Amino acid sequence: MKVLRTLTRQSETRHRTPVHAARLRSPPGSENAYGAGKTTAVRVFATLLRPDGGRARVLGHDVATEAGQVRRRIGLTGQYAALDEYLTGRANLVMIGQLSRLTASAARRRADEMLERFSLTEAATRAVKTYSGGMRRRLDLAASLIGYPSVLFLDEPTTGLDPNARAMTWDIVRELAAEGTTLLLTTQYLEEADQLARRVAVIDGGAVIAEGTPDQLKASVGGEHLNLVLAAGSDLAAAITAVQPYATGRVQPDPAGLRLSVPVAAARGLTTRVVRALDLAGVQVNDVTTQRASLDDVFGSLTGRTRSPHAEDDTEARNAA
Amino acid sequence: MSIITMELASDQDVTYGRSPFAHFVTDVWVLTRRSIARIRREPETLADVTFMPVIFILMFAYVFGGAIRLPGSGNYHEYLIGGMLGMGLAQTAPGVAVALVTDMSTGLVDRFRSLPMSRWAMLTARTIAELLTQIISATVVVCVGLAIGWRVHTNAPDVIAALALALLFGYAFTWAGVCLGMVLRSPEAAQQSGFIIFLPLTFISSAFVPTQGMPGWLQPVAEWNPMSALAASSRTLFGNPNPAASLHAWPMQHPELAVACWAAAMLAVFAPLAVSLYRRKALG
Repeated sequence: MKVLRTLTRQSETRHRTPVHAARLRSPPGSENAYGAGKTTAVRVFATLLRPDGGRARVLGHDVATEAGQVRRRIGLTGQYAALDEYLTGRANLVMIGQLSRLTASAARRRADEMLERFSLTEAATRAVKTYSGGMRRRLDLAASLIGYPSVLFLDEPTTGLDPNARAMTWDIVRELAAEGTTLLLTTQYLEEADQLARRVAVIDGGAVIAEGTPDQLKASVGGEHLNLVLAAGSDLAAAITAVQPYATGRVQPDPAGLRLSVPVAAARGLTTRVVRALDLAGVQVNDVTTQRASLDDVFGSLTGRTRSPHAEDDTEARNAA
Repeated sequence: MSIITMELASDQDVTYGRSPFAHFVTDVWVLTRRSIARIRREPETLADVTFMPVIFILMFAYVFGGAIRLPGSGNYHEYLIGGMLGMGLAQTAPGVAVALVTDMSTGLVDRFRSLPMSRWAMLTARTIAELLTQIISATVVVCVGLAIGWRVHTNAPDVIAALALALLFGYAFTWAGVCLGMVLRSPEAAQQSGFIIFLPLTFISSAFVPTQGMPGWLQPVAEWNPMSALAASSRTLFGNPNPAASLHAWPMQHPELAVACWAAAMLAVFAPLAVSLYRRKALG
């Protein structure tokens, strides 16, 4: 299937893994709410799908012409646990290890390490079909790590997990990143991207529409807001005049005339000066809060859509964290 | 917390230095063991290759058999086993299709494809595991046959040749099942294929009844059906009644050669086709 028009990815070092420029075209029929092209991109990097134009490289190796080199260095965890239900957890890991070109004894040793690491030692001799969702996900992650990958692709690793399992997956992802593994994680939960990622690429309609660190992306939609609550009887006009120099946009009073919302580039350091300016203007401030843009705001401003249908999921993710 | 990925595997732990063929053998072995482990954990998956032949043999020997008159003379129980052997082997093809469709739908194949393993290994391992179940099926047929009065009237080399030809044919036939598994989308559809494709294939042949009793237009179809050649080859080599020997169709005159040709042809067509379908399918 011809899917990708242009896709380039550079990742010379372990610590730099942005999708640099990707113009993806989603396969026909996948244009559902989530069919933005994330999975397609992962499948290209994992050598499961050939780009029909452009080049994709992983650690300097072209996914189309040097697929073997790429496969030696990657691990893949898809949306569904890719395990043999009838084998034991340990047998699954040993099998994947051997197929990852480990010797039989090395695969067994490595499988035991992974079982220990993912707290599955007790369940190791049980068939996978008796595992809970969280255990499957852990075993699936263990399987993708067994071949010592330098780059790990995680395609929506927390979709469909309960909050506990999700929190555990987040912990593992953080640890792996801290250990120096390059991770490319796709998610439909923006909160998750915010929590876990050093760099975020927002993909919509098969194209990367924004890319950067979470902070950069948030700053791009207006950064932060200072919310001021003024004392009763304050001179609203004087207050607006006093804070306007610090604002990056128009200062908005609320209808009751006691609150001001001041758009600012970054609240840090600015809060003191704004309050001092208000003090000089004779305006008394009862409360100051800073409000940061979320990645949901970023997505909304980039696509002109809100993500309200998924608000529940996001809340769940937040609780899990 | 132990470090997972920074500690790279040491050289003696990896097999990258070995030849592609050594890799292929290892991968096939690892994946075949996977299928065998499945059978050991869930022996009931063998029901279709063990109970089914028993039921068919008993039904044909004691229910239909009395109404079937062999041209010339001959004991129907002795006639039946040569055909049943082929039926039992062909009947494993839907099973291989089901297993492959299931693998494809669980994402396991995606994982395999992202590993540095041989491309042919996954399908080859599946056919080898299937060959093992076919050996089980053939053993069941032979044992039940002996119990209902079937006897061999030739010598050991002929019997070995009969079983070897049957298993060769069965192995080649498995690749047709692999192709089916690459084309079909659901395990249910693969299961259905057993009734839609493989049952007619075995019944429009001399596996259970002599072709002489079929309508004239159907006789050539049955005579050229590979299942008829397999049945005739087994009957000849076992020294059992083989009314097809008097027919003029080439496969009926040279059943052993015909079986070998069919097996070679099926391997030559279905194995590369299966791998090509696998690549295309797995590439999405």
